[in-house]
Amino acid sequence: MANYSTNEFRSGLKVMLDGDPCSILENEFVKPGKGQAFNRVKLRNLKTGRVLEKTFKSGEALEGADVLDMDMQYLYNDGDFWYFMEPESFEQHQANENAVGDALQWLSEQDICVVTLYNGAPLSVVPPNHVELEIVETDPGLRGDTAQGGSKPARLVTGATVKVPLFLDQGDVVKVDTRTGEYQGRVK
Amino acid sequence: MTNWQPSASQAMLRCRAELLASLREFFSQHGVSEVDVPVLGRSTVTDSNIESIIAEPFGGSGYLQTSPEYFMKRLLAAGSGDIYCLGKAFRNGEAGQRHNPEFTLLEWYRCDWDEQQLMDEVADLISRIYATTNQSTLAVHRGSYGDYFAQVLAVNPHSAPLDQLQQLAVSAGSQSWAGETRANCLDLLFSVQVEPQLPQGLVFVYDYPACQSALAQTSVNDQGQLVSRRFEAFLNGMELANGYFELRDGAEQGQRFDEDLKARSAANKPSIAVDSHLMSALDQGLPSCAGVALGVDRLLMQLQGADSIGQVMPFSWDRC
Repeated sequence: MANYSTNEFRSGLKVMLDGDPCSILENEFVKPGKGQAFNRVKLRNLKTGRVLEKTFKSGEALEGADVLDMDMQYLYNDGDFWYFMEPESFEQHQANENAVGDALQWLSEQDICVVTLYNGAPLSVVPPNHVELEIVETDPGLRGDTAQGGSKPARLVTGATVKVPLFLDQGDVVKVDTRTGEYQGRVK
Repeated sequence: MTNWQPSASQAMLRCRAELLASLREFFSQHGVSEVDVPVLGRSTVTDSNIESIIAEPFGGSGYLQTSPEYFMKRLLAAGSGDIYCLGKAFRNGEAGQRHNPEFTLLEWYRCDWDEQQLMDEVADLISRIYATTNQSTLAVHRGSYGDYFAQVLAVNPHSAPLDQLQQLAVSAGSQSWAGETRANCLDLLFSVQVEPQLPQGLVFVYDYPACQSALAQTSVNDQGQLVSRRFEAFLNGMELANGYFELRDGAEQGQRFDEDLKARSAANKPSIAVDSHLMSALDQGLPSCAGVALGVDRLLMQLQGADSIGQVMPFSWDRC
């Protein structure tokens, strides 16, 4: 992979830091009037998801990371791995539980997800921003109680638990924003 | 569509015009004469951390000046008395939220003053402008570099051994600071760890470490430490001005320039011929004086609450 100098650091650039692939979030040029120039850089470790802040000397370089974000279709889970397919080439990739992470609770077969490949293997999975899922368990609905604004927990078919309005019942399908885990509406 | 429009709003440009006028009015009232020295010179600074933009007048070599300091010192040595320059300065490779390769610098010199007296005047100038623009009083703080540094890092910057500073710099920055010089480690620690902890308002930091003297005199402070008679002013945590009780000893200045050149060579940076006119002027005799350079764009950013320097200048470099 190519090396990238601090002046090429842009948000979204993937670089290697201490052996882990990281994505650059912010890069601020700092220079005291009479001192050495440096760059304060915020990065997200793509393995752990942690955000770190490092200060590099201006002109210093980091090795690029072989990281690629790709839209893929979720196929199935065989108990150990989750399988994803590239829609153009039909090439399949197996992701372990670590890579699937929190996406697990939202995944339905045939969903299009963003799979981040690191050295060709899935590193992380981002589910679709919005999913429509059936409620499999919740307290009985209070029909007609649509105006109260109260909420109750409901477990969805994929395993996630979200807060839904009181009038919803088992078997209803709801739309959820996976980024916040918030209920968006009922799907008729 | 090209990005032909100015980077600052029309309202901001009117504020900028008012600021430039009020700066000139202040110096006019205080009997300091304006000088408009050249921005294109045959020589430039040797400082290993400042890169000049090369120009080619008449096909020969020249530089856009990184500050008006050398020309102003030649005027002082020639008997100008108190002078100020409000003009453009250029630094290569500097661009960011707070940096533009061409910027507006206010620099002035007061004869027979030291840096403490000059700090009083900087505080007076900024406080007046702030009061007019923001209709409120600006808090002013003043403390030594050693005190501010020790408050945050519990280390004496003047006496701490180099390996301790390097260790602190590695944990504050990255592994690449392990072999850095004392001055560079101190710069990193002060910028990254101390500056964010400075109080709001106008903060003067004086008595810099001797290794960061540049063109300032050194002397021994109350605690017997050799310090630089240099100060910096920060406005709401942003570096705004840098001042010196000016070094007048031509031989010592020559030695510092030689050290700069060694540092440039070690860092594989281009060598610079020392400005012989400046050296001759120092030999002739610079009057005892204090001088300060203040970033006018940054002052306007703070007065108007702008996030980036491009918002306060007609055209930032990305639109030039």
